[in-house]
Amino acid sequence: MTIDTGESEALQPAKAVFYNDPKVRAVFWQIVAVVGVIAMFWFLIHNTITNLDRQNIASGFSFMDLEAGFAIGEGMVTYTPANTYWRAILVGLLNTIKVAVIGIVFATIIGSVVGVMRLSPNWLVARLATVYIESLRNVPLLLQLFFWYALIVGILPRAKEAYGPFLGVYLSNRGFNIPLPDTWGYMGLLAGFLIALVAVMWLRRRNKKIHDETGEIKNTLGPGMLIFAVVMMVGWLAGGAPTTLDSPEFKGFSFTGGGEVTSEFLALWLGLTLYTAAFIAEIVRSGIEAVSKGQWEAARSLGLKRGQILRFIVLPQALRVIIPPTTSQYLNLTKNSSLAVAIGYPDIVGVTNTTINQSGQAIEGIAIIMAVYLTLSLSISLFMNWYNTKLALVER
Amino acid sequence: MTDTTEKHEDWSRPPATEVGVIGWLRKNLFSSWFNSILSLIAIYLIITTIPGIIEWALINSVWGDKSPEVCREAKGACWAFIYEKHRFILFGVYPYEEHWRPLVAMIIFLTLIFGSCIKPLWKLGWWLAALWAGGLVMVGILMWGGIFGLEYVNQSQWGGLPLTLFLATFGTVFAFPLGIFLALGRRSRMPAIRSLSVAYIELIRGVPLISILFMASVMFPLFLPAGVSIDKLLRAQVGIILFGAAYGAEIIRAGLQAIPRGQYEAADAMGLSYWQSMRKIILPQALRITIPPMVNGFIGGFKDTSLVVIIGLFDLLMTSRVAFQDINWRPFYVEGYLFCAAIYFCFCFFMSRYSQWLEKDLAKDQNH
Repeated sequence: MTIDTGESEALQPAKAVFYNDPKVRAVFWQIVAVVGVIAMFWFLIHNTITNLDRQNIASGFSFMDLEAGFAIGEGMVTYTPANTYWRAILVGLLNTIKVAVIGIVFATIIGSVVGVMRLSPNWLVARLATVYIESLRNVPLLLQLFFWYALIVGILPRAKEAYGPFLGVYLSNRGFNIPLPDTWGYMGLLAGFLIALVAVMWLRRRNKKIHDETGEIKNTLGPGMLIFAVVMMVGWLAGGAPTTLDSPEFKGFSFTGGGEVTSEFLALWLGLTLYTAAFIAEIVRSGIEAVSKGQWEAARSLGLKRGQILRFIVLPQALRVIIPPTTSQYLNLTKNSSLAVAIGYPDIVGVTNTTINQSGQAIEGIAIIMAVYLTLSLSISLFMNWYNTKLALVER
Repeated sequence: MTDTTEKHEDWSRPPATEVGVIGWLRKNLFSSWFNSILSLIAIYLIITTIPGIIEWALINSVWGDKSPEVCREAKGACWAFIYEKHRFILFGVYPYEEHWRPLVAMIIFLTLIFGSCIKPLWKLGWWLAALWAGGLVMVGILMWGGIFGLEYVNQSQWGGLPLTLFLATFGTVFAFPLGIFLALGRRSRMPAIRSLSVAYIELIRGVPLISILFMASVMFPLFLPAGVSIDKLLRAQVGIILFGAAYGAEIIRAGLQAIPRGQYEAADAMGLSYWQSMRKIILPQALRITIPPMVNGFIGGFKDTSLVVIIGLFDLLMTSRVAFQDINWRPFYVEGYLFCAAIYFCFCFFMSRYSQWLEKDLAKDQNH
């Protein structure tokens, strides 16, 4: 294998000048970009430090250990104005997570129902779903939040004349007051519920296995309900059979006792849920439409009903198309919950905003907000990616 | 003879329950017991709500130039509130005598936006871009004034629908090229450029717009050298552009990924440089398929401009809210919000229908 080096050398192009070498150019441009970004940051940080010095603002998070000194309307952990800023931020963070989680659950349910409704053979139902989707999707969320909040505050009576449709439930312009269990004895009931849930899930899996292996169909619904009734009853009796509830009562200027769902939370939750549900409905619709017509026809020729076709044939296939865009809707809902600040629900942005106004620590405050949302976004993405891969594995 | 034909027609005709109104009802509303129940529920919902709404909005409502007292006595909607305040809601605190200027600016905006929706005009290419540039300059001249005998109006007095259109349009126009560079950067073979683009895009997409706006309003002044200050509106506009660029970049990246590898390789084989192949081969194809999602992005951006309310700018939503802060018109917030919502709805609904139509139309072109 001799190679005529002379000829191949002659065919080689003349060696390029070094600055025309793509590799050299790539390194050069990357250095330029990195140096440019560093220079910009240096300029901004330098300006900021000079400005902060001039205004005598100390940077750093040490201010967070000081007494917050402002009240927060609601929270899931105890908090008083005497607590530190850290505690206040924690309250805000938990409020954000609360509204996001509850919003995501309800938006998913409503969105799926409306999405299926939009494809319903029933003309009227399909039209209603379309009207819902189009009217909510094309109006800014902030406007809807303002509207719901104004409506709740404007239409419901004052706390003194609260409207009480059921025993112990009061609706007023401050929110809903509901009775809550008052003793630890109810934990027995809860424990019973959880045990029954695990038992029924086991039963369902076993029945499905039997069905897969032998084709025999075993009923889960009847035995499942029996398990729930018996186990929860036992739990309730074990907890000392409590019967009393802690009902809210109007005393002086406000309600005491029971649980409270504030009107700010209600408006935010309602707005976020209905708005996001409209988007999820469109995703569900396009997901269902992405399943080929042959699947429907094959299922119909097997004698399945429409509900069964959706449940066993179409939705499992549609889910693969539905999940990625739904994930980004969940992320949107979580980020949109920051609009809470406009109607006065104390979420992380609201609390941090008050902190910034009181302490003047704008940079630290905004850094906290951004860190919190980046963490939340990342967690939701990771969880949904995990769910997506799990679903894909089950499918194949 | 006639007898038999008549008979023939009689038995060849479908039964009365299968055609006409009854047939339609049976097929579309009462095809099964489940559907019948759904239909009945829907009909019940409609007859319990619609008449009440019509009565409130049309029959018992107050129209035209009436005082708030008349409205308070009436049982229906107070459209007199909109009549009284429509100039304020649409134009904010812009000097009253000069309202024709934002009106003309708005018409220029709308002509540009609607004009760009007409597909044959895309052939104009750079001329269309030049028209946009010219139109936006004219909008600037009209809004600010100060030359051609127009009275100078500071941007702190801008408000209402022109401001909303301004923020949304400028946001898109400037976010678009930035988005193209970010998308190209994210697909670049140079690791440093790629990481910088990815970091920027993911950072911005991970946080809410409101935090960017807070940054623009609270933190940005600290970034500037002493003595330099930038107007709040401009800061918010920059925030919206930087935010929109990250989302635009992801849309364009999807378009770039949809172009077959062969196109990239063919461009390389022709000896085109990176920028030549992008400009002449890849981007024209990629941008074409990203137009429908871009229009959706514009709708999102248009709605998102309402967030500037939180940092205190007088956009359409803010002027609507301020309009019923007037002590005389306090109770009529529902009318105010509905009016504002109707304006947003008209824009967004039109744009979303357009993007749906365009998607089908472009798919048709592809199949040829």
